[in-house]
Amino acid sequence: MEGVNGKKVGHLFENISSFVRQCIFSVLSVGPVPSHIAFIMDGNRRYSKKQNLIDGNGHRAGFSALINMLKYCYELGVKYITVYAFSIDNFKRRPEEVVSLMKLMQEKIDELTKEESIVNRLGIRIYFQGNLKLLSDHVRSAAERAMVKTSGNSKAVLSICVAYTSTDEIVHAVQESCEEKWDEIRKLDANNDGGNLVRLEENVKDKDEHRIGVTNVDRHMYMSVCPDPDIIIRTSGAARLSNFLLWQSAHCLLYSPAALWPEIGLRHLIWVILDFQRNYLYLKEKKKQS
Amino acid sequence: MGLGNEVQKILSWTSVCGNLVLHLVWLILHLIINVWYSVLGIARMVENTLISSGLLKSYNAVNISKVRYLAVVIDSEEARETSKVLELLCWLVSIGVKSICLYDREGVLKKSQTAIIEGLNKSQKTIVEGSDHGSLVEKHVDLEFVSFADSKPAIAKAANLLFAKHYASTKPEKLNFTESDMSEALQAVGYGGPEPDLLLVYGPVRCHMGFPAWRIRYTEIVHMGTLKSMEFGSLIKAIHKFTKVHQNYGQ
Repeated sequence: MEGVNGKKVGHLFENISSFVRQCIFSVLSVGPVPSHIAFIMDGNRRYSKKQNLIDGNGHRAGFSALINMLKYCYELGVKYITVYAFSIDNFKRRPEEVVSLMKLMQEKIDELTKEESIVNRLGIRIYFQGNLKLLSDHVRSAAERAMVKTSGNSKAVLSICVAYTSTDEIVHAVQESCEEKWDEIRKLDANNDGGNLVRLEENVKDKDEHRIGVTNVDRHMYMSVCPDPDIIIRTSGAARLSNFLLWQSAHCLLYSPAALWPEIGLRHLIWVILDFQRNYLYLKEKKKQS
Repeated sequence: MGLGNEVQKILSWTSVCGNLVLHLVWLILHLIINVWYSVLGIARMVENTLISSGLLKSYNAVNISKVRYLAVVIDSEEARETSKVLELLCWLVSIGVKSICLYDREGVLKKSQTAIIEGLNKSQKTIVEGSDHGSLVEKHVDLEFVSFADSKPAIAKAANLLFAKHYASTKPEKLNFTESDMSEALQAVGYGGPEPDLLLVYGPVRCHMGFPAWRIRYTEIVHMGTLKSMEFGSLIKAIHKFTKVHQNYGQ
């Protein structure tokens, strides 16, 4: 009986919170709303120590915080959300920790792709961005399954950066650009005179149209499926990007609240949206000039 | 029919009123935020005065050796105020910073390079000549001037170099560029500067304005406000805070 009453109270509280949130978001939506927010989820281990949790539960608390942020961003009308889940640098952590994180990631990916999960209920498409070849087969397969299962969703996009660093992304994009140019030149030469290799070499060195430009590299970035982020939020007060979205963040508002990732809440999101709105015209002007 | 029209009129009127209320609440919210930032600004000014006058003892000893390479990003419009840029540089030199990278997106600082270097040399001579010390102590400072051309276009140039090097005749069977290949290529095309430890942003917003991506992997990015409102105390505070930072580098 108490359990049923407890559930009813919980449900009522949830409904009231949702209503209050809708009111707040209605007010915020009077001004410009960012189309893409990225999060560096820093502070799970410190949260674990602070709350005296067993190892790994800090990351679980972090996952709950992620789901909340996803829900709030979706309700506000933010179409693209990106999270820095696992850096290539994180592979240098203790092997037990890396294995535990990978297990948690696989568990959560499988949870997210269930029919009744928040991702499918809200129509969110998932992308896993990064050097996925560095992941174990199980995690990579789970990620690929999730991308296929959510490919029909179109209300919002969640990019989960895993085995990712910006510098690795740039190198990958440069590589792909070179491969693309190589194919272009070979096709051109095959059409012209049956594939003369000496002419091919001259083409590579001389013609401007065969030169790789910024747009070529841009097109091959993992994150080319999304527009550049408007806001990057890094929790735990650290003021650096730690090799995250360096190429894409030229005109992006950087926000570093002191709260640890599992402590991030609606108030932080409201604050940064208001800051974004205060500086919107300046950021829009700078984006236009680039 | 008449009732339907009446209901529609009421709904439309309610919607307009509702929108007005939302707009009003939004404006009030932003007014409160602006007042809050003004109050913060005043508090900051007081703190800066205390720091500059040496009254806050904790800021008197700054371990400047931790800042091996400092970058300063300035909004291009503000960068046209060469006198302000010079004043900032003099402050940095007086604190003991030895290597400074000046960035603005449009290359205004690059164009004013000669004037800035001359101005800095003149001001350093004036300071030394005006001091009580008997001997001439010259402060050697490395200055680098960078713009957006050193950022994404530099990566594209490095890509072309890698292409010419590895795809010139026959393409090798398996080719995987590494970050070292990229770093070497950037160096070879003249865009291989060091990674700053600290990046100070002088502009209305905390954003790096397109500073070369390859060089700010682990750089601490600190917003200093606009160049016209810069304060020596804020500079000391930012550098002092940086010297207390600990990085795990992902581990």
